[in-house]
Amino acid sequence: MSGLTTRLACKPADYKSDLKPIWCPGCGDYHVLMSFTRAFAQLGLPSESIAVVSGIGCSSRIPAYTNCYGFHGVHGRSLALAAGLKVTRPDLTVVVASGDGDGYSIGGNHFLHACRRNIDMTYVVMDNRIYGMTKGQPSPTTEPEFDTALTPGGTGVAPFHPLVVALASGANFIARCFSGDPNETADVLAEAIRHPGFSFVEILSPCVTFRPDEKEWKELVRPASVPATSDQGKAARRLMTDDGFNLGILYRGNRPPFQPAVGARDVDLTELEKDFEL
Amino acid sequence: MAASPSISIAIVGSGGAGALTTVNFLLEVACAAGWHGLFTRTLGPQIRGGEAAGLLRLAVHPVECLPDQFDLIIGIDWLNAHRFGNEIKAGPQTLVISDPRGGEPPPMVTQSGARVVEVEMKEIAKSISGGRPNMIALGIASRLLGFTTEQVFALIAKQLGDKGTAAIEASRAGIKAGFEAAAGIGFEAELAKPVPSEARRWLLSGNEAAALGAIRGGVRFAAAYPITPATEILEWLSPNLTKVGGILLQAEDELAAINMIIGSSYGGTPALTATSGPGLSLMIEAIGLATAAEIPIVVIDVMRGGPSTGIPTKSEQTDLNIAIYGLHGDAPHLVLAPQSVSDSLFTTQWATFLAEALQTPAIVLSDQFMGQSRAAIERPADVAFIGARSVAANISGSYKRYALAPGGVSAMALPGMPGGQYTADGLTHTELGIPTSGAGDHLAQLDKRRDKLDRFNFGDHWASIEGSGDLAIITWGSLTGAAREAAARAAADGVNVRMIAPRLLAPVQPERLAAALEGVRRILVVEQTHGGQFHRYLRAHHDLPAPVRAFHRPGPLPITAGEIHRAIIDWS
Repeated sequence: MSGLTTRLACKPADYKSDLKPIWCPGCGDYHVLMSFTRAFAQLGLPSESIAVVSGIGCSSRIPAYTNCYGFHGVHGRSLALAAGLKVTRPDLTVVVASGDGDGYSIGGNHFLHACRRNIDMTYVVMDNRIYGMTKGQPSPTTEPEFDTALTPGGTGVAPFHPLVVALASGANFIARCFSGDPNETADVLAEAIRHPGFSFVEILSPCVTFRPDEKEWKELVRPASVPATSDQGKAARRLMTDDGFNLGILYRGNRPPFQPAVGARDVDLTELEKDFEL
Repeated sequence: MAASPSISIAIVGSGGAGALTTVNFLLEVACAAGWHGLFTRTLGPQIRGGEAAGLLRLAVHPVECLPDQFDLIIGIDWLNAHRFGNEIKAGPQTLVISDPRGGEPPPMVTQSGARVVEVEMKEIAKSISGGRPNMIALGIASRLLGFTTEQVFALIAKQLGDKGTAAIEASRAGIKAGFEAAAGIGFEAELAKPVPSEARRWLLSGNEAAALGAIRGGVRFAAAYPITPATEILEWLSPNLTKVGGILLQAEDELAAINMIIGSSYGGTPALTATSGPGLSLMIEAIGLATAAEIPIVVIDVMRGGPSTGIPTKSEQTDLNIAIYGLHGDAPHLVLAPQSVSDSLFTTQWATFLAEALQTPAIVLSDQFMGQSRAAIERPADVAFIGARSVAANISGSYKRYALAPGGVSAMALPGMPGGQYTADGLTHTELGIPTSGAGDHLAQLDKRRDKLDRFNFGDHWASIEGSGDLAIITWGSLTGAAREAAARAAADGVNVRMIAPRLLAPVQPERLAAALEGVRRILVVEQTHGGQFHRYLRAHHDLPAPVRAFHRPGPLPITAGEIHRAIIDWS
């Protein structure tokens, strides 16, 4: 989180844009948007000091629905774009929004390196285990037997475990939320933004159109039975063995964030020429 | 024999033999003594076990191209020299120093009629504690070129100062032995005395010059993914950006690098990345994003042989098509090309200025030849091209990031500015930045982005135009130096040649080129490609007013001034 002075008495509505979201009725992402604005209000951040950066997909449409600065970039590269923004503008609060296709498939490599780099930003992946915008293809978190037009009878390939990957790659804060509980999600998001370094928040956000089965998630999710740990070994065991429905802050690390110093810029450039002089 | 205004030396060895170090030392000694020089590297992509040669042309005047053939070639060994093919031209006037224990000289030497003198460089080096054959070669070359041991020792002390006295002593002993070994070897060529000059001179590579130009133009952030032959730009920027309050971030791949600089620039910090063909291919999608979202960025592409991995260590001009036409959709952007080591500074600085002024990506097409060559140049003048983008101020009411402003450039709000909140988007958008698929907005924004480039006055820097003959050479990039020399030789034959080398390749400048071609009766297009990309580009965008001949050849064989000169004479 940035060192900008905070304003008191902000309302979630202050962070909403006038644009009406274009998502399917019942989409979990409506609640995620609500959680974003509640978290920002809770933190009391001026909306112009927040940058919401995204890639491509249903979830990546979220920046324009906020009243923050936004960047809706190309597919899968939001974390890289956000890294260039945050290191040069450490005064900003940078939140990156993505989905399971954008973040874990095409953007998978950047996910590893963003965790490893540990720049102070918050990465929110709205996971619905499907490519929604292209009408229902399997993503890296889709179950192997899930039937789609692209993969009749299922992919036959086991999903990967984003939270474990994040931990192994060096993420400094790992949490899981459920879009259906926007208050709890807002609290976790606020914590993630406050926490120094790279914070990763997976939000289970059902796709009611292509995954109507995910309406059942509200019956399956539960708060994690033990508090967050800062022990990577314990966290690894917990994340490896959970069923994907334990909610809350699951790991809270203490690695110092990566932020190269930004020095004075009004310097005499002729200094640089000395190496070349004959 | 009269002293010559220029003399050329090649030192060949297998990778790791120190051929490049030796040539660099010769260049440094010569430049310290007042000569000009150009040192080009030619090597395989391997670090050890490949082939390496340093090609050096020394002259009394600034040097921008290689010679037609070399006066002196030293083979520390010839183990992999056959891989150079005909890159290192010898002739009957060439003196070749060969180590009989270093393998057979390749056909390029044996079939040229060159005089071969054998010197046991390896054996001499063995007799010196810590001795290396390349220091023997340095001693031989230095003596043949007329340098003194004092001149060379002074450089060794400067260059090897931090390697300890033992290393310096071994080098000095090797150089001295080389001087002794060269005694009695006749060498006809003699370099004319340097012309005294008050100008401040620099010794640097095109890659370093480009990097400095970027900083002068205002770049304060770079994202880096290593690639031959562009890495030196990034390695130079890393410590030097820090000195001027900037940052370099190493990226996980080129996809990340290009998006990082877009993020930096969106936040208000002018940004650059440098790459070569394979990296540029990966960056293209995001360059389109920067075009659509109107984010200024600079991408330097140091071209190498292609397609695919191609020839990573050797020069070509074959990324012209992808740089101009590679983006999907109608995506006008800037493409510029420096023309020499020295011009790499100016052109990159200008590109930065233009990108910022026009809020669009600029691709700078350098190449391996000028990027990795080191040259003595006169200090480039300070120019006023310092990036200053139109930034929104005192925002009130509804802010339109993509307002249809006169001239097409709209003021950009930066994160942190109250009231300027907008979402930069690769989706087709309205003036407010709101996504739309409406025909009207699509056309309006396409017009905006086209017009801001087309209506901008790029001034006289768009091209180098020299001479006034009715035969025009049109060339570009690092071939400009060879074309200039060819034109000078033709002038000495009494043939007047006009040379036109565009520095600005996109947007095209049809009126300006037409004016430059006024009165021309023959046009010779010269480029280093297999497919004639530049020729086709000229044909596509211009009504060329006279018969055209195209002279093009792919790398790695450099196109020499002699060849261009012959092409001129053949057509005169």
